[in-house]
Amino acid sequence: MSTLTTNYLTPTGREEDWRFTPLSRLAGLHDSTVEIGEGVAFDLSIVPTGVSFEILDRSLVTASSKTKDLVISRVRETVTQIAKLAIAANSEIADPIYLNRKASGGKPIFSRTIINAGANSHATLVVENIGTEILGEEIEIILEPGSHLTFISLQEWDTQAVHVGRHHAVIGKDASFKSFVVTIGGSVVRLLPTVEYSGQGSSAELNGVYFATEGQHLEHRIHVDHNIPNAKSRVNYKGALSGNNARTVWIGDVYIHAAAEGTDTYELNRNLLLSDGARADSVPNLEIETGEIVGAGHASTTGRFDDEQLFYLQSRGISADIARRLVIRGFFSDIIGRIGIPAIEERVMNRIDAELESVGV
Amino acid sequence: MSTLEIKNLQVSVATETGFTEILRGVDLTINSGETHAIMGPNGSGKSTLAYSIAGHPKYTITGGSVTLDGADVLAMTVDERAKAGLFLAMQYPVEVPGVSVTNFLRTAVTAIRGEAPKVRTWVGEVKTAMAALHMDNSFAERNLNEGFSGGEKKRHEILQLELLRPKFAILDETDSGLDVDALRIVSEGVNRVAENSDLGILLITHYTRILRYIKPDFVHVFAGGRIVEEGGPELADKLEEKGYAEYISA
Ligand SMILES: Nc1ncnc2c1ncn2[C@@H]1O[C@H](COP(=O)(O)OP(=O)(O)OP(=O)(O)O)[C@@H](O)[C@H]1O
Ligand SMILES: [Mg+2]
Repeated sequence: MSTLTTNYLTPTGREEDWRFTPLSRLAGLHDSTVEIGEGVAFDLSIVPTGVSFEILDRSLVTASSKTKDLVISRVRETVTQIAKLAIAANSEIADPIYLNRKASGGKPIFSRTIINAGANSHATLVVENIGTEILGEEIEIILEPGSHLTFISLQEWDTQAVHVGRHHAVIGKDASFKSFVVTIGGSVVRLLPTVEYSGQGSSAELNGVYFATEGQHLEHRIHVDHNIPNAKSRVNYKGALSGNNARTVWIGDVYIHAAAEGTDTYELNRNLLLSDGARADSVPNLEIETGEIVGAGHASTTGRFDDEQLFYLQSRGISADIARRLVIRGFFSDIIGRIGIPAIEERVMNRIDAELESVGV
Repeated sequence: MSTLEIKNLQVSVATETGFTEILRGVDLTINSGETHAIMGPNGSGKSTLAYSIAGHPKYTITGGSVTLDGADVLAMTVDERAKAGLFLAMQYPVEVPGVSVTNFLRTAVTAIRGEAPKVRTWVGEVKTAMAALHMDNSFAERNLNEGFSGGEKKRHEILQLELLRPKFAILDETDSGLDVDALRIVSEGVNRVAENSDLGILLITHYTRILRYIKPDFVHVFAGGRIVEEGGPELADKLEEKGYAEYISA
């Protein structure tokens, strides 16, 4: 049953929101003339105490936010069965909850997931993206007051995968949301980690690590909507690029509304170019409608290896290739070290090492 | 016994307008166990000499030779020079974010010694060396030189000298930025290494202060990219008193 009408335009690539994205490689996810089926994206092999997982008909679900994104609008229009994972109020889930991707056999699908972190709950969710999917998806994350949720999304896709997605968090009073987006695999990955607030005293920490090699397009479009007073946000994304036509795009939109007095925000993006032929676009964008804030700032850098660092390490007997690896690992280590789960930190570092190995650094 | 021999070394740097000649024929021979002090005005090329021996890519060697026991140092990569037994304590040690001091020291020692140090003895070895330089243990967990004070960076250079045990050490203004106590502690560190390993030292400095602790066998005056005078320790005192005026030709 479809209650919505298909009146979305197909982006042409000239729109501000789409000008960086290689539309021809999206396998029709963006193209309203191509029909795409739906699928429930996840399986929860073990459902820990304090966690529930169910599939809901969309008549029982209201979207947590508006979206202007055309692919996400199509996702909402298409998907009738929505997965919902809920963490019970006051529960402390010690071990990370792994959401495993269900393989859809390579045909393009849309999917929708809702995550609800109950009041005063503590939990860590890990989304593992592996395989060769062509996926358009929305994950809505509702943090009830006082909840603490760490959300880790690992894009370890095979080289053919296409992934267009939005991770939207609505953060309640005194709740804190910490996300880690690690994008290493896939042909085209375009993610929208977006945040808004529903109560004061709330905070968001959006971290990301990406590594693009030959031909990959990895795009992260962050949007933090400081729509209420006294909320905090920190954005820290770092990427490395190596190889011909390795492309990354980082957009950091932070809006501080007139009502959002007491906002405290800082966003940072750093890119390390490891070879010629790679290109990183980095566009921080801070819009401020009130001066009554704690702080607001941004920084963006894109550069090559620091020869002085390499020389220093080499002058201590460390060979050039090991020196480069030390510097690159060091570049990412502050973000990866904040994940706080040794097994995942190690997994991410190993993925980066494997990338370095593959590009011969 | 080892010998580091610098012969007629000529070095340029690439600038926007072409090459600028900085070293104009440096001759210097250092044997194991000897301490040579180099003193000279700002910009005379002392650091250029140090970096050129260590192999910094910024400098182009346009003539002359550097050999270590007959082996051609200039043909070696930077890490090969270190493995051959050369060490440069830098005037401005470089910060490397995200690389911890322990990880760095372990990687460097593994490279220089050709095998990873034994875990059991290694931790003790680092602790002892740090304690001797009055460095707090917490430095081990910090990122390499990141946020270190000037003096802390210099101590950390000498910590590496102790752990890497080179044949020859070039100390480029290791004394600059050290307080009186740190100067003594760092100098004792250098002397300890020298006694234990017959280290040859090339000590670049602007002040005779450090020479009261690390006694030079020879003092060289460096000006205009060359050594312009040589003598014993008494030459340093003369320089302190009279300056470099007589060596700087118009
Ligand atoms: N990249 C460069 N471009 C132009 N000039 C350079 C460059 N690098 C070094 N020089 C010049 O070479 C000269 C020698 O520099 P060097 O650092 O070796 O001097 P120094 O004797 O160590 O001085 P100080 O006592 O101040 O440490 C200086 O005049 C310096 O400006
Ligand atoms: Mg100098």
